[in-house]
Amino acid sequence: MILTIFSGLILALFCVPFGRQINKKLSNFLFLIPLSGFIYFLLQLPLILAGQTKTVRYEWVPTFGINLDFYLDGLSLLFSLLITGIGTLIFLYAAAYLKGKQYLSRFYGYLGLFMTAMLGLVSSNNIILLFVFWELTSISSFFLIGFDNENEEAQKSALTALTITGGGGLLLLGGVILMSNIAETYSIKAMVFSAEELKNHSWYGFILLSIFAGAFTKSAQFPFHFWLPNAMKAPTPVSAYLHSATMVKAGIYLLARFTPILGNTSLWNYSLMFVGGITMLYAAFHSLFRVDMKGILAYSTISALGILVFLLGIGTKDAYIAASVFILVHALYKATLFLVTGTVDYATGTRDIRALAGLRKVLLPVAIAGIIAALSSAGVPLFYGFIGKDLIYEATTHSFSLDSTFLTVAAILTNIFIGYSGLLVGIKPFTGKLSEEHSTVRLPGWKLWLPPFILAFCCIIFGCFPGRTSGLMSYVASAIAGKHFNLDLKLWHGVNTVFLLSMITLTGTAFIYFSRRVTNRELIILSTFNKLAPAYLVKKVTDGLLAFAKKFTNTMHNGYLRNYTMTIVLFMVGILSFKLLNGTPLTIDWYHLSPVSFYEVTVAILMLGAIFLSAITKSRLTALVALSVVGYAICILYVMYGAPDLAMTQFAIDTLTVVLFVLVLFKLPPFLNFTNTKIKLRDGLISSAFGGIIGWIALTVLNESVNKEVSPYYAENVYKLAKGKNVVNVILVDFRGFDTMFEIIVLAMASIGVYSLLKVKVKKSERE
Amino acid sequence: MKNIILRTATAYLIPLLLLFSVFLLLRGHYHPGGGFVGGLVASIAFVLHGFAFKMQNTLRLMKFHPSKFIPVGLSVSIISSILPMFFKKPVMTGLWLNKPLPILGNVGTSLFFDIGVYLVVIGVTLNILFTISDSGQQ
Repeated sequence: MILTIFSGLILALFCVPFGRQINKKLSNFLFLIPLSGFIYFLLQLPLILAGQTKTVRYEWVPTFGINLDFYLDGLSLLFSLLITGIGTLIFLYAAAYLKGKQYLSRFYGYLGLFMTAMLGLVSSNNIILLFVFWELTSISSFFLIGFDNENEEAQKSALTALTITGGGGLLLLGGVILMSNIAETYSIKAMVFSAEELKNHSWYGFILLSIFAGAFTKSAQFPFHFWLPNAMKAPTPVSAYLHSATMVKAGIYLLARFTPILGNTSLWNYSLMFVGGITMLYAAFHSLFRVDMKGILAYSTISALGILVFLLGIGTKDAYIAASVFILVHALYKATLFLVTGTVDYATGTRDIRALAGLRKVLLPVAIAGIIAALSSAGVPLFYGFIGKDLIYEATTHSFSLDSTFLTVAAILTNIFIGYSGLLVGIKPFTGKLSEEHSTVRLPGWKLWLPPFILAFCCIIFGCFPGRTSGLMSYVASAIAGKHFNLDLKLWHGVNTVFLLSMITLTGTAFIYFSRRVTNRELIILSTFNKLAPAYLVKKVTDGLLAFAKKFTNTMHNGYLRNYTMTIVLFMVGILSFKLLNGTPLTIDWYHLSPVSFYEVTVAILMLGAIFLSAITKSRLTALVALSVVGYAICILYVMYGAPDLAMTQFAIDTLTVVLFVLVLFKLPPFLNFTNTKIKLRDGLISSAFGGIIGWIALTVLNESVNKEVSPYYAENVYKLAKGKNVVNVILVDFRGFDTMFEIIVLAMASIGVYSLLKVKVKKSERE
Repeated sequence: MKNIILRTATAYLIPLLLLFSVFLLLRGHYHPGGGFVGGLVASIAFVLHGFAFKMQNTLRLMKFHPSKFIPVGLSVSIISSILPMFFKKPVMTGLWLNKPLPILGNVGTSLFFDIGVYLVVIGVTLNILFTISDSGQQ
């Protein structure tokens, strides 16, 4: 199972050395990888149908409880089958669709990476592992959207998608950590037992907020939906795979997976119903005004995702069943429609719905696939979409939580619009009169029409024999609900309310389809509302953020070392005095201070004199020498208090610092007095404050009882454990060896930094 | 700076300083000293030479650029700290030879770790100083 999950990752690694072969011929055979995964997951089907689950565990970072812990139940299996099954067709389709493109091997690498991420996500039992895969889907999606890497629009869209989903992912991490802290486990399966504790915890609201942020951004819920239509800049197979069938459903998966843990509280249900409801209506309405086939599909996808969230929010048994079935329904017809769009685009070179008509004469198999998928999306009987729609109405009419009429009306409206957009994309291009310019269009190779055909075929098969899927669906719904129930999907329920609602929907869909034509005037009117759209607002916010960052950097990084020092010192004085004034006793234990000796007084006088000299001198060299006197005086202090190691190091450092200064001294401009009294006063104040604070801390530290265990521990074990006698050195190279290691790495980096700043010559072309 | 006294003194001091730096490095485990101080002292020796005979001549004397010390030192330290892994012990566990060697005394991984620190410190210090003095003269 681990091998299956990671096969995509292996493929991605494989793409590095064998890229050229993939670019040529090998890409035609890569579909075998998801296919073998699909077969593997199909073989697990009897196990799941027998009511069992499958777990695979491999230790990864046992110290932190993060393990490769995979778990397969009905919900995971449905998603895995979708990922590998649709993946197989996409891999096949893309080989023809992107044939001859540069970077084809990279494309397959990203696609493989994505497949691994998605499979890992839906089968992780470890919540941290789930998060890792979650982020990986965002990253691979970023690369796939921006695959056309020289197109500025694609770059921008990829960045938008990454920002939105990445931001949500960050919040999700917060929620995930909170959950595992409260439940005291990283295992999702085990968290179910802590469900009550989690729901009654005072942080419950915050956990929900974080989980929702993750799920809503990923599944393009209002107001985060706008990245999805933008993401349609990706090659069409990617849109079909990631942005309709699989990745955008990751948010749905997350919500479904956490329903038994966090769900069924009024906060959970109402937020989901509210957000899902708004999303489905808003996006469905929006799809009325699109003319790009992919744009229409993008909005109807958002709308469908809204329905799923909405159903999970209703939270009844019927709703869970409806959601489970609708996941499959939607994946099947939407992926088909996307692939049909891709083929039409490939053959005719346009996706504008107004320019396309009568293509059935030249693209017959594509037309069949498109029409079937369109009918399924409209919910015509005998297609799988009909079952999905029935179940949705079943759920809304039988919900107790809110006014069921209200929910039903919302669902009907959404379904009408979704059906309309399905018909528009799936049927409109193929009916009517073939235009002159498209009369020479040829049917492309089988790889470009067989995959949508297969998917469309599934829409009919499942639609005519829905009972075949009820086994798996009952386990999917059980996994969401957290308790088992049986399910029997039937084609014919008799004439009842639900059937009447279905017929109303169909009539509405047909009415809109035949009466509506998008006009240019509408598009112009609509564009005036763009200023209210979330996308516009977010753009404003990010622009503002960038402007702020620029201003902030210019203020803070002004290029004057003295200003940096001042900022750092002031900040430190600020927080230290805040801490000292809040709760630290101000008493100084004068009684226990040891008497001051003659030598100490001498050293102190020497230091004060040197400091005074360095402050008033008019020569750089004098100031430098005076400063080094201070340094050496400190060395003497170290010697007096029995720290020869420190003294030696300080001595060497001071010597080298002076040398360094001398080296640059001659390059500096003459030592002029630029400062006026005001600045001198300010600097004096700041430095006295700093000195005062440090002195104060040094005196207060004496009051605190020293942790007596530390020194004896080292003294005792230095020889026993590390065979050394010099405690300081043994701590450096043995007890705290890791610190030293990282310190020398930092040193090395600093030195490389100095070298590259001063030595590396910038090429003329790179210099601005 | 053509100072005959400085030059003569430097010629005698450099071997002494270098020897002293190695002495500091090796005694570190038992007495005051260690890789860090040792490295600094060794750098001072070269800097002294640089002052007396110009930095270019010091570079020539060293045969290769001091920045090369950095990767060597880092590798020595890292290898000495992951070496215990091959003996089924946690990283950074001290491994020791059974018998003390003449002059050096007990030899263990921590000595090599310290030698790595010593080399890195020499490399870093001299690299920074030479780079700055170089750009100062241009």
